[in-house]
Amino acid sequence: MKLISEKGVKRLLMITAFSAISALLLIALFIINEGLPFIFKYGLKEFLFSSDWQPHLGKFGIYPMIVASLWVTLGAMLVGAPLGVAGALFLSEYVPKSVMNIIKPTIELLAAIPSVVYGFIGVMVLAPIIRDNFGGPGLSLLAGSIILGIMILPTVISISIDSILAVPRSYREGSLALGATTWQTIHMVTIKASKSGIIASIILGMGRAIGETMAVIMVAGNSVNIPHSPLDSVRTLTANIALEMSYATGLHRQALFATGVILFIVIIILNSIASVAIRKRMVKK
Amino acid sequence: MESKITVRNKIEVSNLDLYYGKFQALISVNMSIQQNMITALIGPSGCGKSTLLRCLNRMNDLIHGVKITGEVLLDGTDIYHSTMEVTGLRTRVGMVFQRPNPFPLTIYDNVVYGLRVAGIRNKKESDEIAEKSLKGAWLWDQVKDKLDHSALELPLDQQQRLCIARLLAVKPEVILMDEPCSALDPIATMKIEELMLDLKKDYTITIVTHNMQQASRVSDYTGYMLLGEMIEFSDTKIIFTRPSKKLTEDYISGKYG
Repeated sequence: MKLISEKGVKRLLMITAFSAISALLLIALFIINEGLPFIFKYGLKEFLFSSDWQPHLGKFGIYPMIVASLWVTLGAMLVGAPLGVAGALFLSEYVPKSVMNIIKPTIELLAAIPSVVYGFIGVMVLAPIIRDNFGGPGLSLLAGSIILGIMILPTVISISIDSILAVPRSYREGSLALGATTWQTIHMVTIKASKSGIIASIILGMGRAIGETMAVIMVAGNSVNIPHSPLDSVRTLTANIALEMSYATGLHRQALFATGVILFIVIIILNSIASVAIRKRMVKK
Repeated sequence: MESKITVRNKIEVSNLDLYYGKFQALISVNMSIQQNMITALIGPSGCGKSTLLRCLNRMNDLIHGVKITGEVLLDGTDIYHSTMEVTGLRTRVGMVFQRPNPFPLTIYDNVVYGLRVAGIRNKKESDEIAEKSLKGAWLWDQVKDKLDHSALELPLDQQQRLCIARLLAVKPEVILMDEPCSALDPIATMKIEELMLDLKKDYTITIVTHNMQQASRVSDYTGYMLLGEMIEFSDTKIIFTRPSKKLTEDYISGKYG
C-alpha cells in the first residue's frame, strides 16, 4: 500500500513538474507557429531592418521598435545596475545585519508594486519633470529608462546581496587581517568572489526590463520612430504587441506574433552573451 | 638554540577583560609574549584562547557588541588607544586562520595582496617579494611554475602555507596562528610545525592549539586557559612536566578537556 502511494506521489510530482516545462514549450511553439510563417512570407530583412511600420498599408518594419527596446533596456541598466549593486554592497557590508534584515525585505516589496503603478508615477511625476527641465514631450526614452531602472532594483539588489553574503567570512577576515580597509576588502576580494552572482542579478534585471510592457507603454510615449535623443518618444517591441493586438487581424496579427518571436530571440541572445561573459571570466580566474 | 637571545617582551597583555554583550569571555588576563619565541595558548574549547588571540590584532573589533577593557601593549604602545591605526596594526601583527583561507585569486595575486593593499604596484618589487615570501613559507618549489593558477586549486596544506606566505609579504613582526593545523593531516601538520620553528628566527609567533602535543613540540611558552581565565602561563617545559596549578595538571594529564 505504502509503495503504491509512494509511486503515485512520484508520478504526480513528475506530471506537475513537466507541466511547467510543457507550458514553456507550448508557448514557444505557439508563438513560433503563428509568427514564423509571416517572417518567411514578408522577408526577414525587410521585417527587421525596415523602419516602415504602417499596418494598414501592409508595411511591417520593426527596426524602430528593436532599437527602442535596446535603448530602453540599456538605459534601465545604466540606472538600475550601479544603484542596485552599490545598494547591495552598502547593505551587506556597512550596515549592521539587524538593519539589513529590515531593509532588504522592504526593498523586495518594490517588486510587489504592480507595474501599472510605476507607470502611473512615471506619467504623473517623472514625465513633467523631464518636460520642464529638459524639454521634449516628457513621455520618452529617458522616462522609460528611469522607471525600468527603478523597477529592476529589487531584482538586482536582492540577488546581489544573497551572492555577496554567500562570500565566506574567512575571505573578509583574511583580507582585513592583512591590513586592508573595508573598501579595499570589498573591491579586491568580495566583489571578485561574488562576481557571478552580481552579473546574474544584472542579467535577470535586464530580462525584466526588456520584457516589461505596461509601465513602458505608459511612460515611453509610444511613437514609432528611431530615437535620436533620450528625450524622444519611443515604442518598444513589447509595447507594440500590447497596443495593437486588440484590433489586429490577418497579416497584421501575424506580424505582431512575429514581433514576439524576435523579442524571444533578442532575450535569448542577450542571456547567452551574458552567460558567455560569465564563463569567460571564470576561466580566466 | 642554547645561545639565549636577549629576552624582550613584544606584547604585554594586562588586566584584559572582554565582553560579548553581557557574557564575559576573558577575565582579567595577563600575559607577556616574548620576541622571537613561540607562545602557545591551550585549553578546552570555549576557554577564550582564540578570543584572546584575536585581541592581539584587534580582529574582535569586527564582531558586533564586543567591549574590551585593559591594555594590550605592542612594543610598549597600547593598541587599543584611539590613535592606533588598526590597518597598520594588522600588518605588524598578522594572522593565520584555522581553515586555510586563500582568496579566490591566482596564487601570485594572493601573495602580493598585502602589497596591493599598501599601494605597492611596482612589478619588479612585487615579483621579488612574492618569490621571497613563497620561499619563506617553503612553497616556492611547488608553485613557481603555476603562479597564475587559482590558489583554490592547491591542496589544503599548500593553501595554508600560501596564507603564511601572503602574510610574510607584508613583513609582520608578530604572527598569530589560530589552530593553523586543525584542517590538516599529520604530515602536513609536521611540515607547518617545522616551518614555524624556522620562522621563529625572524618573527614572534603566538599559536592557539587544541593539540597539547603540538604545544609541547613547538612552543617556548605556554598559557593554559579555562573559562576565560589564564590559569597558568609559564615555560612550556614547566607547564608540561611540573605545572604549579592543579587545574593545569588535570588538563595536561587528560583528566578532562
